[in-house]
Amino acid sequence: MDAYTSSELVSIFAMQGFAGISLFSVLLLMALGLAIIFGQMGVINMAHGEFMAVGAYTTYFIATLTETHFPAFMPYYFVFAIMVAFVVAAILGYFAEYALIRHLYKRPLDTLLATWGLSLIMQQSFRSLFGAREVSPTLPEWLLGSYQPTETIHIPINGMFVLGLTAFVTLAVYYLMYRSTWGLSVRATTQNRLMSGAVGINTKKIDRYTFALGCGIAGIAGAAFTTIASTGPTTGTLYIVDTFMVVVFGGAASLFGTIASAFSIAQAQSILEFFISGSMAKVYTLLALVLILMFKPEGLFASKIRR
Amino acid sequence: MSFVYEKLMGGKKGLTGFIILATLILVILPVFLDSFRLNLVGKYLTYAFAAVSLVLLWGYGGILSLGQGIFFGLGGYGMAMFLKLEASSPENTAIQSTPGIPDFMDWNQITELPWFWEPFSSFTFTIIAILVVPAAFAYLIGAAMFKRRVGGVYFAIITQVIAVILTVLIVGQQGLTGGINGITDLRTLNGWDITSDSAKYIFYFVNCALLLSVIVASRFILTSKFGRILLAVQDKEDRVRFSGYDVANFKIFVFCFAAMISAIGGAMFTLQVGFMSPSFVGIVPSIEMVIFAAVGGRMSLIGAVYGTLLINFGKTVFSESFPELWLFLIGGLFIAVVMLFPNGLAGLWDDYGHHITNKFRFISKGFRKIMPQAVLKKLKDAN
Repeated sequence: MDAYTSSELVSIFAMQGFAGISLFSVLLLMALGLAIIFGQMGVINMAHGEFMAVGAYTTYFIATLTETHFPAFMPYYFVFAIMVAFVVAAILGYFAEYALIRHLYKRPLDTLLATWGLSLIMQQSFRSLFGAREVSPTLPEWLLGSYQPTETIHIPINGMFVLGLTAFVTLAVYYLMYRSTWGLSVRATTQNRLMSGAVGINTKKIDRYTFALGCGIAGIAGAAFTTIASTGPTTGTLYIVDTFMVVVFGGAASLFGTIASAFSIAQAQSILEFFISGSMAKVYTLLALVLILMFKPEGLFASKIRR
Repeated sequence: MSFVYEKLMGGKKGLTGFIILATLILVILPVFLDSFRLNLVGKYLTYAFAAVSLVLLWGYGGILSLGQGIFFGLGGYGMAMFLKLEASSPENTAIQSTPGIPDFMDWNQITELPWFWEPFSSFTFTIIAILVVPAAFAYLIGAAMFKRRVGGVYFAIITQVIAVILTVLIVGQQGLTGGINGITDLRTLNGWDITSDSAKYIFYFVNCALLLSVIVASRFILTSKFGRILLAVQDKEDRVRFSGYDVANFKIFVFCFAAMISAIGGAMFTLQVGFMSPSFVGIVPSIEMVIFAAVGGRMSLIGAVYGTLLINFGKTVFSESFPELWLFLIGGLFIAVVMLFPNGLAGLWDDYGHHITNKFRFISKGFRKIMPQAVLKKLKDAN
């Protein structure tokens, strides 16, 4: 540490901090979807990473389509792609719930195995459709480049954009889950399925739409992901464990906890990465999480309930 | 006698299953397969240790561990470290800049054997370490989790994260662990060439004997009072706790025992395959081990072995001829085994097996009718 002057350290922290913010945005978008599926519904969705990849591949597909057929549309396609990514992932999620998940609500450990199987099938589909190589869409001009407040600090614009997108989605999820009638029925269904059914909530329909919403948000995460890294068939697998850690560490049913834990995990990893190798940064971050969870199994911000 | 029959073998059904399995792996496969294929079966059977451990842990204990690869890896790496040290004697490694240390350390500019490698030059220590280190590690994890009543889903996720940590650590610390390539080029065990055909045969039979003893030991645990309590914990944990049992200790014990079994499998893997790498430690192999147990039947010790053999044969055959299809198939299998036959092959046998055995009985009855009475009488007298 002595080798760096204090002003250099500030720059390092600022830049690694912003690098961490890109990671934070993707992790948070992933975790928001998973917090709904796992935290609210109790389904261990191991295919969540693949739903993210669906979003990423959709974005890639639309980018290639725009590039070859409607070059004039290039500057605007990305916003459109985000919406399509949401819709495609949500529709797939809807069918996955219908075909698979709804039979397994009473056996949470089995959802883990079934969705792992689903994730393998999805991975192979990506490989057959888009090839085994990693792909990345051509980004519109305005997303490239960086903003430079001082000599030594570069802040990439795509990171800022993704952060804005994340903030928007987070607010939307908050509104939907905690301020709308629909969110009320979702929370009622997960707390007491029988009673919710008795007061006239169509619990099966709620389950299906909730799962689809979670997958759709993963799709948005995928679209955001394309701005910071390239997508391959196994991209989803790389993020699934981290995402689960974010949700568990934050406390399964707490939106604020999810945000706080995504932020601390992403920042810890990104800042450590500068000083030690990337793999050791990951080891230390995960190890710290496991140790904290051993002493505080319910996570950072758990809602107090009797089990 | 009844102790052996009831407790170790699990009654008539368990005994027949055990004898059929033992005949299959000890007699039929060695007679009909060439040494290459037999070595492959031996490799699959080392995974069966982990599958059997998951039957104990998940089927009976209701604890889904997605980290059996951790213990399989610890056992495998323990054995690999011993073999590697033997392979890198100062004479063999004279061309290195530091002779006497494993080659990958030399490539990574390490000039001294790290402290945790030192004791692995002793065979006795290695054997003890293979059994004790995974069990101790499992105790640490188990005590921290089960004493705080963390279980189910959370336990599965935490064990998975630990598997990730271990893999990243092994891959990242290339100089100390051999990195992504693992520990390779293992040739001799106490001066005995382990790559020869005769050694491979011997390891195969040692492996089978160990696997069968592990099944007997597990059966003993399950048929004892301990096994009943374990099953009770899975059904109604609170009620067992209210009856005055310390549930956590039961879970910790079975977790440690399962870790030890998996580690034996890992050590046998290294001996038969001749290397160990992080690709047998992480999430994917750990989940595959769960699917072996699930396909075989999560409540059946013997079924787990068949499940392992079946899936691995399928994997070898399909990934040789239709690599595209394999992931679709195994993915579909995951889904099918959960949705359609949650008790796996063993469950299918319990449900439909009597049709087959009835057919046999029918044939033998018919046979008796056709046979002249005089011959039957003679047979009876002879007995």
